[in-house]
Amino acid sequence: MDPRRVPRTVIDPKVRQVGFFAPAGPPDPTSSSPPVLGISPSGNSLSPVMIPPPRHLSTELSRNIPIAAPRAADSSIHVGSYNPSEFLSPSATTDFSEDPLSPRLGRRGSSGNFTSSLPSGGFEMAVANQNNGVKLPTDVRDGGANMEVPKEKKPTGEKPLKEKTTKAERRAIQEAQRAAKAAAKGEGNKTSAAAGVNSANMGKPVKPVPQKKDNSLVAASEKKGGDRQPDKDRKKDVPHPRMQFDDENRVEKAKKRSVVKQTEARNRVELFRHLPQYEHGTRLSDLESKFFELDSVHPAVYKVGLRYLAGDISGGNARCIAMLQAFQESIKDYSTPPEKSLIRDLTTKINGYVSYLIECRPLSISMGNAIRFLKTSIAHLPLNLSETEAKTSLISDIDRFISEKIILADKVIVKHAVTKIRDGDVLLTYGSSSAVEMLLLHAHELGKQFRVVIVDSRPKLEGQKLLRRLVGKGISCTYTHINAVSYVMHEVTRVFLGASSVLSNGTVYSRVGTACVAMVAHQFHVPVLICCEAYKFHERVQLDSICSNELGMKSYLWIGLFVPKMAAYLASNFCGCYYILLQAILMRFQEFLVEWKSIFWMVGPVVRIYDP
Amino acid sequence: MPDVHSLVNEFVIKLKKRKIEGSKATAKLTVELLRSFISQQRLPHSNQAAALIDAVKAVGEKLIAANPVELAVGNVVRRVLHIIREEDLSLATAAVGGLSLAAESDDEDDIDRDDHPVLSATAVAAAARNALRPPSLQTLLEDIPHSAAAPHTSSSGGDSEGKSKSADKNSVTRKLKHNVIEAVNELIQEISTCHEQIAEQAVEHIHQNEVILTLGSSRTVMEFLCAAKEKKRSFRVFVAEGAPRYQGHALAKELAARGLQTTVITDSAVFAMISRVNMVIVRAHAVMANGGVIAPVGLNMVALAAQRHAVPFVVLAGVHKLCPLYPHNPEVLLNELKSPSELLDFGEFSDCLDFGSGTGSPLLHVVNPVFDYVPPNLVSLFITDTGGHNPSYVYRLIADYYSADDLVVRRKSAS
Repeated sequence: MDPRRVPRTVIDPKVRQVGFFAPAGPPDPTSSSPPVLGISPSGNSLSPVMIPPPRHLSTELSRNIPIAAPRAADSSIHVGSYNPSEFLSPSATTDFSEDPLSPRLGRRGSSGNFTSSLPSGGFEMAVANQNNGVKLPTDVRDGGANMEVPKEKKPTGEKPLKEKTTKAERRAIQEAQRAAKAAAKGEGNKTSAAAGVNSANMGKPVKPVPQKKDNSLVAASEKKGGDRQPDKDRKKDVPHPRMQFDDENRVEKAKKRSVVKQTEARNRVELFRHLPQYEHGTRLSDLESKFFELDSVHPAVYKVGLRYLAGDISGGNARCIAMLQAFQESIKDYSTPPEKSLIRDLTTKINGYVSYLIECRPLSISMGNAIRFLKTSIAHLPLNLSETEAKTSLISDIDRFISEKIILADKVIVKHAVTKIRDGDVLLTYGSSSAVEMLLLHAHELGKQFRVVIVDSRPKLEGQKLLRRLVGKGISCTYTHINAVSYVMHEVTRVFLGASSVLSNGTVYSRVGTACVAMVAHQFHVPVLICCEAYKFHERVQLDSICSNELGMKSYLWIGLFVPKMAAYLASNFCGCYYILLQAILMRFQEFLVEWKSIFWMVGPVVRIYDP
Repeated sequence: MPDVHSLVNEFVIKLKKRKIEGSKATAKLTVELLRSFISQQRLPHSNQAAALIDAVKAVGEKLIAANPVELAVGNVVRRVLHIIREEDLSLATAAVGGLSLAAESDDEDDIDRDDHPVLSATAVAAAARNALRPPSLQTLLEDIPHSAAAPHTSSSGGDSEGKSKSADKNSVTRKLKHNVIEAVNELIQEISTCHEQIAEQAVEHIHQNEVILTLGSSRTVMEFLCAAKEKKRSFRVFVAEGAPRYQGHALAKELAARGLQTTVITDSAVFAMISRVNMVIVRAHAVMANGGVIAPVGLNMVALAAQRHAVPFVVLAGVHKLCPLYPHNPEVLLNELKSPSELLDFGEFSDCLDFGSGTGSPLLHVVNPVFDYVPPNLVSLFITDTGGHNPSYVYRLIADYYSADDLVVRRKSAS
C-alpha cells in the first residue's frame, strides 16, 4: 500500500480539486463516471484522464448479465466485426471522440437506465462511507486477512492525512450546507447528504468528500435544474497537473514510498528537470530479487511492471492489455478482508498497483483511461452482489473492455482505413504501430497491391521488427531511417501513423519522430492518416513535447542498438554523459507538432565511467 | 609527365571508391593535384592559356566523372580554370599596357597610373568580362572604374598584379604558369584556412545563453562553436546524432571536452527540441547556384522544422563548396546511396533479403541516402569565409569566383 500514497501526497493540494469533481454529477445525474473520479485518489495523478463513459449498451449488459459476459463479449467481437460493426463503428468512434472532447456539454444521449442505478449507487456509497468510518480501527488493529494494505499505511500516512482532513472537512461542511439549502428548497433526500457529512467527519479524507459531495450535488441539481453547472463543470474538467519532478519536496515524498528505487540520473538535463530522469539497469535486478518478498503488489502485476521496466512490453495497446490482464489475475485472487467493503478495498488495492506500475514506467494515456474504466466498474458494482459475483462481473468487465475498446476498435479502424489504400499505393509508416500493422496485413490479405516504406529511428528501432513481420508476410518493403524521410517521401502516396493519444486540442501524442514524418509529408503534400483507438482520446491539452513527456532510459542509446563495437565505443567515450530519452511527440493535426519518446542525452563536461 | 598521370589516376580511383570523404579534403587534394599537374604541363609558345585550360579541363572531366556527387571537385576545377583565365587576362593587359607605357615611365610600382593610358586596350577585355558578371558590391562602393576593378575581384588579383608588372621584362611563357601556380597556392591556402575565417564570425552570430542545434559532425561547425566559446560566450548546444553514422556523438564529445554544455538528441527528437532552440547551425556539402544546399541527410527535416518554428537556419560553407550549377532534381541526381549495412544487420535480415529471389525482385529494399537537398527558401543565412550571405546573393558569389565559360566543364571538353 505504500505506493498508493505516492500520488496522493504528490497532489496534496489537489484534495480540494477532488472536491470539485463532485459537480460532475449534476449535468447529467445518469452519467456514471464522476463518482469514480472522486473516489480514486491516485487516479487524479496517474494522468488526468477522463475515460469516456462506458457505452450504455455495454454497461447495461454488464449489470444484467454479469456472469455470462466474458464469453458473450468474446463472441460479440466476431459478430460485431461483420455487419453490426458497420453500424457500430461510426457510432462508437463518434461517441468517443465527442465525449472526452466536450464533456462540459453534458452527455446528451445518455439513456435512462442509469437513473435506476443511481439511488442504489448513492446508497452504496453511503454504506461505503460508513464502512470507511469503521475502517480506521481495522487499520489499527491490522487484520491478518489483508496484510499488505494496512501495514505500510501507517508510518507516513497518518500525519498528512490529519491536515487534509480538516481542509476536506471544511469543504465537506460547506458543501453539505449548500446541499441542505438546496434540499430544503425542494423536497430533497437529505439522507444522502447527511450520510456524506457524517462520513466526511470520520477520517479518510479523500474518498468520503467527493462522494458526499456527489450525492449532495446530485440532490441539489435535481432541484435546481443546474444553475451553476457550467462553472462547476468547467472546474471539474481541468485536468490535474502532473507530478513535476523539479519540485523537490514532492519528489522526496514520492521517493520514500516507492517500491522501485530508481537511481536518479547523475547528470540531469536542465530542460527536463520537471520529468523523472533515471539511470537504467540498476532497478531491474533489484526488483527481480524482490519478487518473492513482495507484499503489497500482486505477483501478476509485479511481473507486468518488471516487463515494462525491461521494455519487454511496449506499445500502448500491448501495455494496456497486459495491465488489464494482470488486474484480472489479481481480482481473481482477491478476497475482501473482514469488515471491509469490496468496493472500497479493491479500489485501494488497484490504486496501489497503479502507482507501482507508474514507478516502473509512466502510464500511457490509454492505460490511464483503462484504469478509470476499471475503477468506474468497481464503484458501480451493485451492493447486493456476493464477492464471487462481483469478481466475475469485474473480470468480465475487463474482458469486455479489452475486446470492445481495443480489439474491436482496432478492427473497426482497419476496416475504415483499408478503404483508403488503393492499388499501386506507396504507404509510409513510422516505427511500429500495432494498428497500422494490422491495417497493412489486412490490406495485403485483401489482395491490394501496395508497397510499404518503413521509417525507423533510434533508439528502439521498432521498425525493424515490423519490417521483419511484413516481409515475412510477403509485403514488399522499403526500409530507411528517419533522416532519409524527405528522400523517400517523393514516392509516397499515403502516410499511416499510430498514436499514443489524441488530445482535445487536436494534437496527436505519439512516438518521437512522428511529427517529423508528418511535417515532411505535409511539405510534400502527402496525406497523413493517424490510426488511434478512441479509448486513447484524452481531454488534456498540450502545446509542445517538452512540458509533458516520458523520458526513456539513456542507456537505450547504446544497449542492444549498436553493434558491439559501437556499444563499446560509446561506453568508453560517453562515460558520464547526460542522456535523456524523451518518449513522445505531440503534433497538431494540421500543423504537426509534439512527440513521445525521444532520446535526449546530455554530454556534459563531467566525465564518469559508465560500466554497461 | 607519367608521374602526373599516375597521380591523376590514383586520385580518380580514390574518388571512385569513395575513399576520400568530406568536401574540404576532396577540394584540397584536387587543387594540390591540379597544381602539380599544371607545374608539369609543357606549354606551347603560342596560345598558352587555351592549351592550359584544355589540359586542365581534360583532367577535370576525369575527376568529376569519378565522383559526380562530390561537387567540390568540379568547383575546384572551375576555380583553377578561372584563375588561369584571370592570369592570362592580366598578363595580356600588362603586356599591352607595358608596350604603351614603355616610353612613358619605368615606374613598376605605380599600378593605378598605368591603368589609365591602357584604357583603350583593357577596356575591351574588361567590357567583355563585365558583360559576364554584373558589378559586385565592392566595385559599387569603391570609387574605381570598372575597367580597373575587374581584374582585382579575382582572389589572385592583388598578387598577380605585382607579378604582371614584371611580365614585360621576363618571358611571358614562363610567367603565365608561374602566376597560375602562385594563385593556385593561394587557393590551397584559402581552402585550408576557410573554417578559421568562418569561425572568426562566430561572435557576431552567437550571443549569450543561446541554444543552438546542429546535426551530425563537422569540423567547421565545431570550430565555429568553439570560437564563440573562446570569446566567453556561454551557450548550450543540442547535437542530433545524425543517423545512420551517428557522427553527432563524436561532435558532442569534442564539444563537451571544450567545456560547452552539450546535449545529444536522437534525430527523431529534433522536432520536439527545435521549439527551444534559437538557431540551427549546420554544415553544407555543397551550395548550389540558386542558394539551395546539398547537405548531409536529415537536414531537410531539420530545416523544415526550423522554418515551422521560425528558427534561423544558418549554413556554414567554405567558398570551395560554392557550386555554379543549378540543382535539377537534386534529391535524386545529386545523391548517393550507401550500404544498407549501416541500417540493417545483414546477419539478422539475410533470410528476408532472400525472400524475393523467386520472383526476381527482392521484397526488401533499404534506402540509405547520404545527402538531402535544402531548398533556398529554408535557409536563413550562409556564412562563408568571405562573410555572411543571403541565399539570394549566392549567384553573385558564383559570378565572382567562376567564369561563365567554365560552368559546364564536362560537356565542353567532351565535345
